[in-house]
Amino acid sequence: MDKSYSVVHRSLAKIDALGLIQGKPAYTDDLAPGDALVVKLLRSPYAFAKIKSIDKSQALAVGGVACILDWKDVPRIPYTRAGQGHPEPSPHDRFILDNYVRYIGDEVAIVAAEDEATAEKAISLIKVEYEILEPLLDFEKAIDNTVVVHPESEIHDMFPIGFEPGRNIAASYKMRIGDVEKELNASDVVLRRSFFTQAQAHVAMEPHAAFASLDIHGRLVIVSSTQNPFHTRRLLAQSLGIPIRDLRVVKPRIGGGFGGKQHIHVEPFVALVALATKRSARIALTRKEVFESTFTRHRMRIDIEAGANRNGVLNVMDVRVLSDTGAYGEHALTVFMVAGSKTLPLYNKMKAVGYGGAVVYTNHLSAGAFRGYGAIQGNFALESMMDEIAHEIHMDPIEFRERNMIREGQTSEVFKIMGEGSEGVEMVIESCKLDRCIARGRELIGWDPKRLSWEVSPGIVRAHGMAIAMQGSGIPLVDMGSATLELQDGGWFKLRVGATDLGTGSDTILAQIAAEALGVGPEDIKVYASDTDHSPFDVGAYASSTTYVSGNAVLKTALAMRKVLVEAVAEKYALKPECVEFDGKNFFGPEGAMLTNLVDLSFDTLYHDRALMKTLSSTASFTGGKAPPPYMAGFAEIEVDLGTGKVKLLRYAAVVDCGTTINPNLARIQVEGGLLQGIGMALFERVVFGDRGKLMTNSLSRYAIPSREDVGEIIVEFAESYEPSGPYGAKSVGEIGIDTPPAAIANAIYNAIGVRLPQTPFTSDVVWKAILEHDPRPTTPKNLRPQTQLPR
Amino acid sequence: MILSCTVNKKPVRLECEPGEALADVLRAAGYKEVKKACGTGNCGLCTILLDEVPVASCSIFAARAEGRAITTIQGLKKEAEELGAYIAAEGAEQCGYCSPGFVLTALAMEREFRAQGMGRFDELAARHYLAGNLCRCSGYQGHMRALKKYWEARNG
Repeated sequence: MDKSYSVVHRSLAKIDALGLIQGKPAYTDDLAPGDALVVKLLRSPYAFAKIKSIDKSQALAVGGVACILDWKDVPRIPYTRAGQGHPEPSPHDRFILDNYVRYIGDEVAIVAAEDEATAEKAISLIKVEYEILEPLLDFEKAIDNTVVVHPESEIHDMFPIGFEPGRNIAASYKMRIGDVEKELNASDVVLRRSFFTQAQAHVAMEPHAAFASLDIHGRLVIVSSTQNPFHTRRLLAQSLGIPIRDLRVVKPRIGGGFGGKQHIHVEPFVALVALATKRSARIALTRKEVFESTFTRHRMRIDIEAGANRNGVLNVMDVRVLSDTGAYGEHALTVFMVAGSKTLPLYNKMKAVGYGGAVVYTNHLSAGAFRGYGAIQGNFALESMMDEIAHEIHMDPIEFRERNMIREGQTSEVFKIMGEGSEGVEMVIESCKLDRCIARGRELIGWDPKRLSWEVSPGIVRAHGMAIAMQGSGIPLVDMGSATLELQDGGWFKLRVGATDLGTGSDTILAQIAAEALGVGPEDIKVYASDTDHSPFDVGAYASSTTYVSGNAVLKTALAMRKVLVEAVAEKYALKPECVEFDGKNFFGPEGAMLTNLVDLSFDTLYHDRALMKTLSSTASFTGGKAPPPYMAGFAEIEVDLGTGKVKLLRYAAVVDCGTTINPNLARIQVEGGLLQGIGMALFERVVFGDRGKLMTNSLSRYAIPSREDVGEIIVEFAESYEPSGPYGAKSVGEIGIDTPPAAIANAIYNAIGVRLPQTPFTSDVVWKAILEHDPRPTTPKNLRPQTQLPR
Repeated sequence: MILSCTVNKKPVRLECEPGEALADVLRAAGYKEVKKACGTGNCGLCTILLDEVPVASCSIFAARAEGRAITTIQGLKKEAEELGAYIAAEGAEQCGYCSPGFVLTALAMEREFRAQGMGRFDELAARHYLAGNLCRCSGYQGHMRALKKYWEARNG
């Protein structure tokens, strides 16, 4: 392993930083043509209803209205809005518009007008007669309910995912390793707990936006704030019933995604208007629309039955999950599976593991991909449970984890059995510094198992809590990324990638990888991404795939480019390629004789070398045979006011193993940002639905994402680690930061007040109630929600 | 109706409707550096300086700007570039969508803190001043590191 890097493992500024900071027009809605029609959507006021009739006549009579489309005017093709690979593991249960509406905010009609005010006026004049249906709002009662969210016959799955719409089941799954019952019976201690997580909102700062136009060839060009242009192109073509070749999808700068833009939310509407009117059409959602009508995190109930011995051996876990996918089944099965597949391998020595359950339809807005993708829900349950067991057997929660957790060189049967929607891939862990992450984290926070809580003044208690986590690096043998390098006159390179920088800095780290491999400076790599007409294929930015999958693709491409350059010089000087050396600037022949330099070569191959002239380029793709997990340990120090229930996060220490950090600053910010979203889920982001299914927390006045005053010190460090299969030893780092805060903070609250909070978020009222109900000397922890059992 | 004001020191006449928010009028007039994210005055992304005071332009009527001086980030290019270099050095702008509003507010903060005679950088005071500028990517820590280094370089 060569660790003397010159461009990677350096904290370069993002290549687009100064332009963005100065507010240059760069995002989708900044770039929309001024004469584009403004598209607005009429949305359902009911959680479940059948559209009996739509009268558009008055609305169409308004001057400046260009078109109004309802369900009768658009193709009736079932598809999925989930931006996933092909065939999608999500059911095709959605039409662009339907004569049923399934949540408050579901689309009813598309209105295009010369300006926003006209579009809104037209919307107010559309008369819709609804047959209001009884909505299904309690996900714990969804299975076999008399209300069926999806009675239509055309919807289908793409391969077996346990899809039973007649029973309100979007997907189901079950797996077993070993004899769960036997191990439970043989354990000294058996605990059963239920955990609940809320339907967290992404709140990417840029609301979803797109614009569409027909180019000179009549092809539909969509510019969109999407995380996955290629999936968007494929799904959009399918939903519109047009050939993929007639579509081009372009991604400009993106104002944050976090999974929220891994879906088709706005593109079909502008596409249909452009096709109908032959004019450009633009849409930008309002924040209310983003809250009410895009996706959320899947809310889950997770029941765990666990058995351990008093000597600290964890024997078995049986996990049953019920997940609420809302009105449509985007990412239903895969998020559900990741709640197990990216948590259970943390404890790979269990003799038996059970995992199963169902993902159900309700009349809430849909759930979809969201950073963590099930792992944060599963981690909250698993890592709360680990503390529960540790308390029960009177062992330091850290020691209990260390006795049972995965180590470098080991594997887990779960890797092979559970993938995302299908079987997984066998994987031996070649880089895992969890032990060092824990050791450093406990040092940073000052962990003392004999003093996990202490009173600082009357009624004010401080406490520590911790959790460990893993994520992935792309989906093995599913995700693929590609890159193309091309030498340009002047001796610099165009790097074209299909990878999708959402603001994470991935374009920058991909340029760093290319520059390192070529031996050139980072300024000599100009990145262009991502445009389905001009970028090579890449699945896009999700599943923590970019650094590992797209990064490896760029590395392969750059190494191939070196070979192309050397071969071109060899041909030019009639030498064997193995006699030519390239140091990033100059080419040398036998005995170190200088042949030419990169700048001269670039002009010669394009302008001077007559019959030898050619474009020097390389393209390569990468798909991971495995997905090496990044790991981390998170430690919280909190302060609880026993009089009010207010929990303050004073410090959070996170130590991460993501292999080599290609750009240490950007890796750090990924973790810091992920942590704060996890902290938001744990402490602030309460989701409230009204009793008719209305999302009450539908604005930033009502839905509290953390501000910079809401947290104390956040300390992020990286454990020294090297992943042999990663580009320059790197693993991905986009999601891992979000996973630990819910469990670590819940564990700290338990240590402070002696009550187990099984449901996020832990807002003051919840904690205060827990304190009031608290038995001053608890022998067993209280579980605040009543215990009913989920079916095995 | 016509709104007469200055934008970045240049006198302009902007078309607007009664009740229209200043952010929408500015964006429609091509000032795309004014970003919109919440529409309820919570996130600070649409911040502009109105007679030197930072305001959320999504939550103020355009007509209120009549005769007044509007400054967007493009009107403080040099200052934004200076502070921006510190933010970029931390990688803290991330998606960058919140940066123009954040940087404008931070520059206004610097002016106020200086006027108050602040010596050493007071991080708690800065967090309080900037609490209305939300960011979902960065976790804020990089912003604060950048501001501290910037302050120390200029006022240390």
